[in-house]
Amino acid sequence: MKKTGIVFLLLILAFLLVWPFIGPEYQVYLTLSFFAYSVALLGFNLLFNYTGLLSFGHALFIGVGGYTAAFLTSRFHIPYMEVSILVTILLSGVVAILIGLICVRYIKIYFAMLTLAFGMLFHSFLMKTYHLTGGDEGMSVEQPYLLGMDFSSMDQMAFFSGPYYYYSLGVLILASIAMWRIVHSPFGLCLTSIRDNPDKAEYLGIGIRKYRLLAFIISGCFTGVGGVLLAPITGHMDPGMVFWTHSGDMVFMTLVGGFSNFFGPMLGTVIFITLRDVISSYIEYWRLIFGALLAAIVILSPGGVIEVLTNLFTLIRRKIMAGENAS
Amino acid sequence: MVETIVNILFSGIFHASVLFLVAAGLQLVFGVQKIFNLACGSFYALGAYLGIVFVKYFLSVGGPPVLAILPLLAAGFVLAIIGPIIERGLLRFVYDRDVHFQLLLTFALLLMIEDIIKLIWGTYPLSTQGVYLAFGILDIFGASIPVYNLIVIVASIVIAGIMAHILSNTRFGRIIRATSDNNEMAQALGININNIYVKVFTLGTVLGTIGGALVIPSTAAMSEMAVDLIVLAFAVVVIGGLGSMKGAFVGALLVGILKSVSFAVYPELEMLLIYIIVIVVLVFKPQGLFGTAT
Repeated sequence: MKKTGIVFLLLILAFLLVWPFIGPEYQVYLTLSFFAYSVALLGFNLLFNYTGLLSFGHALFIGVGGYTAAFLTSRFHIPYMEVSILVTILLSGVVAILIGLICVRYIKIYFAMLTLAFGMLFHSFLMKTYHLTGGDEGMSVEQPYLLGMDFSSMDQMAFFSGPYYYYSLGVLILASIAMWRIVHSPFGLCLTSIRDNPDKAEYLGIGIRKYRLLAFIISGCFTGVGGVLLAPITGHMDPGMVFWTHSGDMVFMTLVGGFSNFFGPMLGTVIFITLRDVISSYIEYWRLIFGALLAAIVILSPGGVIEVLTNLFTLIRRKIMAGENAS
Repeated sequence: MVETIVNILFSGIFHASVLFLVAAGLQLVFGVQKIFNLACGSFYALGAYLGIVFVKYFLSVGGPPVLAILPLLAAGFVLAIIGPIIERGLLRFVYDRDVHFQLLLTFALLLMIEDIIKLIWGTYPLSTQGVYLAFGILDIFGASIPVYNLIVIVASIVIAGIMAHILSNTRFGRIIRATSDNNEMAQALGININNIYVKVFTLGTVLGTIGGALVIPSTAAMSEMAVDLIVLAFAVVVIGGLGSMKGAFVGALLVGILKSVSFAVYPELEMLLIYIIVIVVLVFKPQGLFGTAT
């Protein structure tokens, strides 16, 4: 990573660290969903950008994570967040293996459709098993213990803007570092080579399906963890979380932010969450504006907002350099 | 016993005939333009809502409810206007892009149309009261079948016939098939591809809007009907095979009858069963029953 990039990241991190102290309570609360979705999208984008597979059913893993948290906290009374995360990683992994074995045999539109079908299969499964999952009523998620500590004496909002905020931020940082290592490892390079030229990759001895499956499993685990983080924020899980339009929201965030950049999806979650909050406070038709925005991004700037920003940045820097040279 | 079977069969075929129209539109557009149109369910919803408006107007100026099928068809055809707008305004920019972006653009359309419908017609379910029953009920082997359902089934079969005729016997149909086979070659032979794309997309749109308009007397229009339908239409084309008209026909019949059978026998299973079949088909015959696309 370039030096300016590292400085920029550290600045953002510093801002996020002090944000609960300076920001309004509600905005800090919104930041929590930003953390959760960012973790989820790290997984999603491993598939979309680095492996070239568009999943239209990734909300399934958010569901796996969220319902795991719901079951553990409110049914089994195991409130430890770490347990939820570990169980989710395990379950997401198992689910991803089962689904992945079938899905990774296909690419492009077929992959998108198969993942959509599995997502909807899970959705109707959740709807139909009301004695287990509460059907469309959903399940409640209790406030979790963080690192073994019980914060139930705390006010709900104070919990969110205090311990839970830093906990989520910590998980996001750890997940980002892990994903950064993954995509820059030989494994990650194999994935991009499969994306760019599957025939050549296979010729070079890379087992395409095996790598795609591994990417799918890792992706599912990350998105699952994002789901666990998301669950306590809403305090409730219902099948709507797995409906295919929620998967669409995830695709939307990734694309608006910029899928081809490691940090693009994170920017996308900020844009999505802020914009939805702002627009829906004025009019209820946020989908109309979001649709128009998505169409504009797809047609005009497939690299997303982050590409526009980086282009702008280099343009300004070039201008400044040119100015210095002239003087 | 016989009447239950007849009942289930007819309600299945009724579902199937509407599904077929939407799926045929989806197939046509996919076959020629290679775009999987997630917004086809939205066209269906638009058709339903405008159908209600037209029928209400028709009844208010004293039109007999038995002829309500005319304003419904008119609503479907009027909506043809959005075909060229969407194709020229949005889709033409992404033909040479990655399939993922094409898919996402239609997803954007779906989001927009859903809210436009809410903006115009609100969020409460709407219906054309009275029209459905005005057609009366027919007694077949002791089962009571609404006559309107039969009309829709016939209308859908007629449309299927017209489509088959256009595609296999007319010059326009041959051009469509040639373009869907190899659009570069078609272009080299002097076919105006842009022109074909506009026409095909508009035709696909109209199939969807007519499907929505025809179904509406039997049910209520809701803003969720678009996203619900796309999943079914998707099941139809996957089972039948992407890009194949015959596939849309057989797929729609299968999904429609399956839906009504499972609804009658064990409603819990309804959608679950359809997804399982979709997955089984994709696993064992990913090109679908009649598909050629890979």
